[in-house]
Amino acid sequence: MLRFILRRLLQMVLAFFGTTLIVYALMFAGQGDPIQALAGERPVTAAQRAYLTEKFHLDATGVGGFFYRYFDYLKNLLQGDLGQSLTGRQIGDILAAAWPVTVKLALIAMAVTIVFGVTAGVIAGIRRAGIFDNATLVLTLLVLGIPTIVLAPLAQYLLGVRWQLFPPTAGADPDLYALLLPGIVLGSLSLATALRLTRTSVAENLRADYVRTARSKGLVKRRIVGVHVLRNSLIPVVTFLGVELGNLMSGAIITEGVFNIPGVGFNLFRGIRTEDGPLVVGIVSVLVVVYLVSNLVVDVLYAVLDPRIRYE
Amino acid sequence: MSQPAVQPVPASPTPEGGHLLEVRDLHVEFRTGEGVAKVINGVSYHLDAGETLAVLGESGSGKSVTAQAIMGILDTPPAHVRAGQIRYRGRDLLGQSEEQRRQVRGKEIAMIFQDALSALNPVFPVGWQVGETLRQREGMSRADARARTVELMDLVRIPAAASRLGDYPHQFSGGMRQRVMIAMALALNPKVLIADEPTTALDVTVQAQIMDLLADLRRDLDMAMILITHDLGVVAGVADRIAVMYAGRIVEHADVRSLYRAPAHPYTKGLLESIPRLDVRGQALSTIKGLPPNLMRIPSGCPFHPRCPYVQQVCVDVVPHDLVLGDGRTSACHFAQEVHDDSAR
Repeated sequence: MLRFILRRLLQMVLAFFGTTLIVYALMFAGQGDPIQALAGERPVTAAQRAYLTEKFHLDATGVGGFFYRYFDYLKNLLQGDLGQSLTGRQIGDILAAAWPVTVKLALIAMAVTIVFGVTAGVIAGIRRAGIFDNATLVLTLLVLGIPTIVLAPLAQYLLGVRWQLFPPTAGADPDLYALLLPGIVLGSLSLATALRLTRTSVAENLRADYVRTARSKGLVKRRIVGVHVLRNSLIPVVTFLGVELGNLMSGAIITEGVFNIPGVGFNLFRGIRTEDGPLVVGIVSVLVVVYLVSNLVVDVLYAVLDPRIRYE
Repeated sequence: MSQPAVQPVPASPTPEGGHLLEVRDLHVEFRTGEGVAKVINGVSYHLDAGETLAVLGESGSGKSVTAQAIMGILDTPPAHVRAGQIRYRGRDLLGQSEEQRRQVRGKEIAMIFQDALSALNPVFPVGWQVGETLRQREGMSRADARARTVELMDLVRIPAAASRLGDYPHQFSGGMRQRVMIAMALALNPKVLIADEPTTALDVTVQAQIMDLLADLRRDLDMAMILITHDLGVVAGVADRIAVMYAGRIVEHADVRSLYRAPAHPYTKGLLESIPRLDVRGQALSTIKGLPPNLMRIPSGCPFHPRCPYVQQVCVDVVPHDLVLGDGRTSACHFAQEVHDDSAR
């Protein structure tokens, strides 16, 4: 187990360097004059240009220069310094403000997914081809078929504006109630997927040979389903939920945009729109780490849940 | 060899009571989208205390389905028990409630399966799985169940049993896994053990070990055993009687000796002749021509007639009854006596 984790950690290091390099290259490759971009529309004096050129090591050109600056960036990053955005704010500060909001939103979405998606999936799997199964099939296909860019404004209009059950937008420093509707909208997609996945997994495991064995041991049905089937069925579901939590933690650009929630996705979107290179690269670098860590957690969890892959 | 006169008898010739377990005129069909497959068509057999009955037949002959019907673990739907009785100690199990039948499972009649790797739950340690039966059915404490589990695993000759309680099924060899299955089936001291092709997934040397173990356990624990197999070689040393199944029927029923000496059904004869022998050299191995019947369209008359070397017009038209050939052996063949005499020659 320890070797398994160590090997995954080594792979994480490689993945981290690879992804940050690509993001860094993509963001700055097409850029003509970074100093002018930093200054915006204002003129740049020769003295300022000379100072900034030296500060950012822009005098080194070509591939060598690119790597020089990339390693500069990495060095700062590893020291916890994400640098400044073009607006002059510390990127670390921006993220520190945005992340708690995104985490709250992610947890609401996750709770919705688990409570409704997994539960309904188990019921649909047990009563395969029944009314409940067919009804959830239609509903989940509907939800999966509607893109968030349609679903989010629709929910906002109907539930927020028309019937006024929820606040239509969140605004700065939102409370849990304000995040509830966006959380449900965000969670509905993973809910639908989790439901389908759980349903299939339960239905499949109910036909497994070990269920026949459990029955021939004379166990009650509740125990066969609740212990034997569920424990096996939830392996792929937990894996999916882990990956999904990683996704949710990295912010939801559309949902956060529609409901005006100042989370990570919202800031990332603003960075992209205003061509704020340092902000985008800074956020994405942290997202890469979040992703890698959540994937590691999923892998470890998977090994814990399924003894067959523990000693590969 | 005596030459008894052939006489037709009713489908279930056994007398009332007496038998530990008795299947009477069982009919099971599978109702699927493509149609109805008649999987069991009037199977009758019985098992007395302390004996071993081998049920022999190729895949799809209905031997496992009969066993699962006895256990009450058929998937219904698609399976449907259309008619018949399964009497255990005189009571018809088919008339009992699910709860009553659950009580019988494991405690009175236990079953082990072909592929122990898939029959054991992959995510629980084997000790937990054996102990679960004891905790759930007998209300044993964890510690008691654990101690008894070690006893059971010793009983089935798993080396260093106590140290292997926490291992998972995939960490065992095929033979050891089947021993775990056996330990689990024995947990509640059943009176009947149904072994559904217990050695099919194992290699030959391990097969022999498992068969020896089952025979020893059956004797030591005074159980009766139904041994389901398609392998005539497995049967010889262990079984007292053999019931041969074809297309959901018992086609021949005899004690082991007489059946091996002189089969009285062309199908059994074909099976015996298709075993490779060391003492017959330079001859092509004989086989049974054709394929097992499609259970959605079972041939008219005798279901074996399209593959039978003895076939006559009567075989196509009339379903053969069980013919008694003496010593309680029966054969569902119009020409049972001829086949028997041919074989005895």
